[in-house]
Order: sequence, then C-alpha cells, then structure tokens
Amino acid sequence: MPTLDTLKSGQRATVKTVNGVGTALNQRLMEMGVFEGAEVEVVRFAPMGDPMELRLHGYNLSVRKADAAYVQVEVLA
Amino acid sequence: MSATATASHPGSTAIASVAVIGNPNTGKTTLFNALTGLNQHVGNYPGVTVERKVGSTQLDADTRIDLIDLPGTYSLAARSPDEMIAVDVLLGQQEGAPKIDAVLAIADASNPERNFYLISQLCELNMPVVVALNMMDVAEGKGIQIDVANLSAALGTRVVAICANKGKGIPELRAALKDALNEKKAPSGTLPVFPGAMTAEVDLLASELRTQFASLKRDVNRLEAMRILVDKGGYAEKRLATLLGENFHDDLDEHRQRASKIPLPAEEVRVRYAWVKTVLADALKRPAQPPPTRSDAIDRVLTHWFSGTLIFTLLMVLVFQSIFQWASPLMDLISKGFDSLGNYIGAHMAAGPLQSLICDGVIHGVGGVLVFMPQICILFAFIAILEDCGYMSRAAFLMDRLLSHAGLSGKSFIPMLSSFACAVPGIMATRTIENTRDRLTTILIAPLMSCSARLPVYTIMIAAFIPEKEYLGGWISLRGLTLFAMYGVGIFVAVPVAWILKKTLLKGETPPFLIELPSYKVPDWRTVMLRVFDRGKAFVYRAGTIILAVSVVVWALSYFPHNGDIGTKFDAQREALDKNTALKDDEKKAQADEIEAAESGEYLRDSYFGRMGRSVEGVFKPLGWDWRISMAAMASFPAREVVVATLGTIFNLGKDQDEESDTLRGALQNATWDNSDRKLFNVPVALSLMVFFALCSQCAATLATIKRETNTWRWPIFSFTYMTALAYFGAMLVYQLTMAMGWGAQ
Repeated sequence: MPTLDTLKSGQRATVKTVNGVGTALNQRLMEMGVFEGAEVEVVRFAPMGDPMELRLHGYNLSVRKADAAYVQVEVLA
Repeated sequence: MSATATASHPGSTAIASVAVIGNPNTGKTTLFNALTGLNQHVGNYPGVTVERKVGSTQLDADTRIDLIDLPGTYSLAARSPDEMIAVDVLLGQQEGAPKIDAVLAIADASNPERNFYLISQLCELNMPVVVALNMMDVAEGKGIQIDVANLSAALGTRVVAICANKGKGIPELRAALKDALNEKKAPSGTLPVFPGAMTAEVDLLASELRTQFASLKRDVNRLEAMRILVDKGGYAEKRLATLLGENFHDDLDEHRQRASKIPLPAEEVRVRYAWVKTVLADALKRPAQPPPTRSDAIDRVLTHWFSGTLIFTLLMVLVFQSIFQWASPLMDLISKGFDSLGNYIGAHMAAGPLQSLICDGVIHGVGGVLVFMPQICILFAFIAILEDCGYMSRAAFLMDRLLSHAGLSGKSFIPMLSSFACAVPGIMATRTIENTRDRLTTILIAPLMSCSARLPVYTIMIAAFIPEKEYLGGWISLRGLTLFAMYGVGIFVAVPVAWILKKTLLKGETPPFLIELPSYKVPDWRTVMLRVFDRGKAFVYRAGTIILAVSVVVWALSYFPHNGDIGTKFDAQREALDKNTALKDDEKKAQADEIEAAESGEYLRDSYFGRMGRSVEGVFKPLGWDWRISMAAMASFPAREVVVATLGTIFNLGKDQDEESDTLRGALQNATWDNSDRKLFNVPVALSLMVFFALCSQCAATLATIKRETNTWRWPIFSFTYMTALAYFGAMLVYQLTMAMGWGAQ
C-alpha cells in the first residue's frame, strides 16, 4: 500500500493506517485529523521538495515527508 | 508578583478566573487583547519557559474576572512539561495559577472539525465552557455555514459567534461568560462515548492513583487519569513514574491492555472525531465543492517554488535591512543622547568615584539597555505582522528543509536571521517556536551568528592588519574575503553545535513538525502594537536590570583601586604644563589631552581588570595575545564593541576611540610587546582576536536575555561557557595554524 509521502501534488487519498503506534507522531497526526478514513489531498511540496502541504477536513497542514511516510493511504482516482 | 497573579484594578476584585484556550492560529491572542486591553501582565510559570499571561476584564459594571491565557494547543495530550501547563491550569493544580472557574474555548469557525477535537476534551472538565466561534467571516468566504443556536443546543453550552479582530460579538461574549459563571454548569450535551472497558479502566486507574496519592495530599482528576492511560510515553505518565517508580509502568500496561484491543490513542481519536461529527451534523453546512478562496490564490504565489522563494528572500532582506540599517540612526541617537547626558553630568559633578559611577557605570549601563529598543521594536513589529497575517507558518514551510539539516525546523529561520543584526531580538523571537528543545537549541546557537556589535572589532582589525589585495580584477578583495570568513565562522560552527545539542543535552522525542497553514488575514493592529509594547517592556524590565548590574560591576573592576599616586603624578605634569608659557593655547590643550589619555590608560592598567589581564597573560599567550589584549577582551564582557574603546584607553588614546579611528589603527600597528620591540599585532594575532570575538559570548545583554527567556540561570551559564571555550580554542587554532604557515612574518 502506498504511503502519503509518495503522492504527487494534486492527488487525493484516503487514510488507511497510521503507523508508529505509541509515538508522539502517531498520536499528533491522528489528533490533527490524519486518522483512518480521513480524506487528504496533496496541495504542493515546499521549494526544496520537503515538507509537503496537505488539505484535510477543510484546512491546510504542513507535514515532513519522513513523517508522512508513516501514513498508509489508498489513492483516489 | 503574588502567586495568584491577579491583574489588579483599583476598587474592584476579580470574582472568578477563566482560562482562555484554543488551537494555534484561532485568533486567541486577538480575543484576549480585545477583552483585556492593556490590563494584562506577563510572567513565567515556575520551572518552564511558558509565559504566564493574565489579564482582567469587566463583564459588566460590577463583575470583574481574571482571564488566564493558555498556550495554543490542538489537544490536551501533553508531551512536554510546557504542554502539561495547560492541563494543570485547567485542573487547578498548577503552581502560580488560580483555580479556574470556567473555560473560554476559542475555535476557528472556518475549520470546525479539528478545532472541536480540543473542545470535546474541554467539555469533559466538568466546569462551565463558553465557546467563542471566531473568524465567522473567513468561514463564510469558504462557503461554510454554522447554525450557532443549533450548535449551542448540541453542545449544551453557550456558543457565541465573534470576529475578534473587528470587535464583533465581544459584548455578547461578555454576557455569555457572566451567565455561565452565574449558572456554574458544565456542558449538558452528550459527551464523547468511549467503549465501556476504556471508561472502566480510566475510573479504576483514577481511584487507584487517588489512594496512592492520599499520602501525597494530591488529587488525581479523571481527566488526568485518562491522559496517563492513553498517552503512552506522554508527559502525564512520565511525571507520575518519577513519583511512583518504574514498576508503575507494568501496572499501567495491564490497564491499557484491558482498556482496548486497538491502541488507545487511535481509539480516543476515533471516538472524539465521531463526537465532533455528531455535534456538527445539523449545525454545519459545507459546500460539496469548496469555492476557491483568496487565501488559496495568495498561496499559489507565496509558496510557489520560484515566486515564493523570491518574495521570501526579498522579505527577509527587508527585515534584516531594517534591524541592521534602519535601526542604526535611532540607536546612534540613543547612545549619543546618553553620552551627552553622561558628559553633562560629568561636567557638573566633582570628579571622583561617584561621578565615575554615575557617568561610566549607570548612565552608560542604562544607555546600553535602551540602545536595543529600536531593533527589538522593529523586529517584533515585523514578526507580529507576519504571524498575525498567517505568513509566518509559510516561512517555516519554505525554510524547513534547510534547517532540518541542523536538526531544527523552519521556525528557527527568523530568529537566526535576526541574530545577524543582534542576538537579543533574535533570542526573543524564538517565542514563535513551540517545541521547547528546538527553541532552546535556537537560543543557544543564535549568539554564534555574527551580530552588528562584532563589526567594529572586525573593521578595526581588518583595516589595520589585513593587506589590501585584490583578486579577479578587483571583484574580490582580501579584506572583504576576511570579513566574509568571519561571518562564515559562526554559521559553520553553529550547525555541528546544534546537531550535538540535539543529540546530547536536548535529546528526547522530537515532536513532529506538523504545522497548520492558516488562511491569510489582515493583521490586527492592536495585536501588533501590544506585542511590540509587551516585548519592549519585558526586555527593559527583565533583561535591563541584569545588564545594568553587569555594567556597574565591570565599571568597578576597571575603576578601582584607583590609586591616588597615579593622579598625583599626572597632576604634577598638568601643573608643569600650566606653568609653561612658551606654548600656545591650542598646543597646551593638545598636551593636556595627551596627559589625560595617559592618565586614563595608567589607571586602567592599574585597575583590577588590568591586574587580572596580567595574571592571565599566560592563559592567552597561545592565542598570541599580551596582557593588554587579554584585558580588553575580558573587559568587553558587557558588549563586544567595548573592546575597541578599551584598546584605545590602554594604548593611551583616550576613551573616545572608534573603529574608524586612524590614530587607534596606528597605535595598534605600532604597539610592541612589553620590554621588547617585537610588534604586538600581526596577521595571526588579528585573525585570532577576530575569531575569538566571532565565537565568544562577550555580551551581557544576550546572556541576560537568555536568562529572561529560559527562566533559569542554567542556560546563560552554559551558553557563556561553551561559547568561551569555542572562542578560546578556535582563536588558538587559527593563531597557531597561521603562525605555522608563516603568516606571522611582518
């Protein structure tokens, strides 16, 4: 299953699993709305290629690619 | 300041304390300012770097309440002592905070789902909650409609729509707060429903802990028990483990296994977001296809790889230019003003220790504090505007990659950049970094950036000792290259220092770099002005007193013992000059000045500092310094640029020497070692002195600011120690290497 960091800008996906159970990253990502079933869209990448900007629940969130790699997603057409 | 920090108001006492809490970027500060105006004061909670901001507001003619501003947070799941503050204040167990009677929760109406996650936790506190739904105008721009009455019914508590920056809804909010405080009722709507096993374990853990804590006379609230249970590795758990010992973790894991089959944080998030969905179900209407907003359009330009980077660079040039250049006339005016004041008082007072204390110690010291004000005010005006309009998080987004190499995040960029002008505002600017470890690391490396106070040192040394050579047809000069290298030294050293700090002293779980990119809005002028005012005041009061004290101590060390024999000797010379009728008036004047300068020089050499310089000469020999250079370096503890004036005095040139002075340059070039005609300075000595000043921490204002910002002496002492060691060994390395390379030949 692809991870969030591998998506291209403009792609949309549904969150399947957030890995790293028991870490702050796992909990923070979920609290910010990245939890199973949530729909995310990759808006763009920063000029140096990292971090990436996501849109979810109607707001925009910046996530480092290394952190986004913890999120398994299902890409929407 | 009293422990229960009450913002006092003549003739009325606050009847209740209300905590103000919300997600970052919800306009919490704007709301706080709109409610309290200037009736607020800022302190620190003991032991942490979190600001304690308390204000008071009048709900009606005879109801006055205190508002306690809590740091912006997305959740009560605390991962650090700083984040725990919000929880502890809400639970009434924070030292230095009053007991809370009600919660004022501010939420961004344009982003209700995530904002209501925190509100779900606040509703469980079992105390009155008033929800201020801010930025209704932005929400409308996004096509979002919220039925406030419906939402209020679903939550079972008061919800008020406001536009904090326009002052809309503030009277209604005051009325709602008053009603809520009178009614003293917790939200009556449905609370999030956790699985039975989880609820049972929270209750069980709470009761177990209550028994254990009975001896400690401390209550364990159900909410705290929930945080201990759910947040594995979180701060609530860690704090408890220090009280109960490590065995406690085994019990806890058993509780966790019984509570839920899936990981507890996931369970909590699932339940809360489901609750949010129910609460908002009938109240929130979102268009299926969100309309393109102006904010998105702005972002396409401001975060674009080319235009975004270009605008960012131009903006940073502007910020840097303004604190580096535009602040100078004001700073010069302040220093000149204090100089003239000192001269005026000096001329009207009898010479002696008191006159010297007032002119050279106190007035000089106060001037040394106030001279930073233009830079601090300008930088904070910029920061407040950039932050309030929403650009600051874009700046972090753009620069994050660059700083991640040093183990930092994009948020460190502006503090670091500002430090090239002056570390004092730079360190104060680290308040925008929420992560304590990143903030401390930034504070500790910020002073390595070559600030404007190093320039005088570089200028005089380069002008006097670096030959004027040009390369590539005049495009590159050796002097320019040297100056560039001095700026480079600090950056070059800062990266490994930051990296090592993050691996050793400041190691630990780094909170993920998740930042919201909020919608752009027009900055609120009141928030900007209050921020500037607040920072300026904080600097003068908190750091200023330390800087002043240091100035007086350094004055005393360079004034005493003030042996009267020296004065007598020079008085004799002056008398002889007076009686000399062969000289013209202007010649006499010139000679009198020379005598004066020689006298100051001799006093300084005989002072405690001079004696210290001689006694540590051996220590600084490997750097190529004699006792006079050593002494000037030590006496520049209040501020680096002082070294220029001190060198002037030591070489009998009188006090008023600056880096442009030809006489000082000549004196340095001609200076020789004591009892020898070997030249004191050569290229390696000049380089060693410059490198020392590039890396050292000779700046009382910086250290005082670090003390003020970290709320402990530990970090300024650490900063001074590590930077002095770096400076010493760096200077030694450069001196020894360049000597070995034969650059010492004249």
